[in-house]
Amino acid sequence: MLTLSGALRAAIIAHARADHPDEACGVIAGPAGSDRPERFIPMTNAERSPTFYRFDSMEQFKVWQEMDDRDEEPVVIYHSHTATEAYPSRTDISYASEPGAHYVLVSTRDPDEVEFRSFRIIDGVVTEEEVRTASSGEAQE
Amino acid sequence: MAIEVRIPTILRSYTGGAKSVEGSGDTLADLIADVDSRHSGLQERLVDASGLRRFVNVYLNDEDVRFIGGLDAPVKDGDTVTVLPAVAGGAR
Repeated sequence: MLTLSGALRAAIIAHARADHPDEACGVIAGPAGSDRPERFIPMTNAERSPTFYRFDSMEQFKVWQEMDDRDEEPVVIYHSHTATEAYPSRTDISYASEPGAHYVLVSTRDPDEVEFRSFRIIDGVVTEEEVRTASSGEAQE
Repeated sequence: MAIEVRIPTILRSYTGGAKSVEGSGDTLADLIADVDSRHSGLQERLVDASGLRRFVNVYLNDEDVRFIGGLDAPVKDGDTVTVLPAVAGGAR
């Protein structure tokens, strides 16, 4: 299960809507080992494409170094699909490289409807998980 | 002195869980071969017939090696090499 605040959920959706029709992508960092997404880091899609995303390599390096320095890890890695469902594509599965992360997918194909789903992707196997939105004051499991 | 190579989580199965390993060599290609001699299989995950694998990022100190010669980039004692899998995907 992924538990995150309503504010973080809204921030991901806002980023996805803003970059539509290109795919948006980013990270939510949290304390290492905590499984708690806390620090929202929108990333540049170096591909600027409606069907593909890739973090800019130098931006990724800086962000990963920063997480290391702060004893954080990428708790959530998110991206949007802009014309298809919020489910990992074969491409998503083949490049998934953070076995500890929750992979969040948002679809912006419908301007009024939000699709927000979370998955684990480990060794090519996709497992959907429940998403629980907690208010920021609420104790998280 | 040696060259430190930082290993991402997904490749630590090759290093017995270690976050970083040490190696030596005059170029990145030499260094990777040297590290592979003790952590067999790592080279295969970083390099293919055409050079560095497309979805692996390798940094020498704070530069992406793709901009400084790729596998031919010169390395020396005291350098830090960081490996990060590219974060990529998409609907295509």
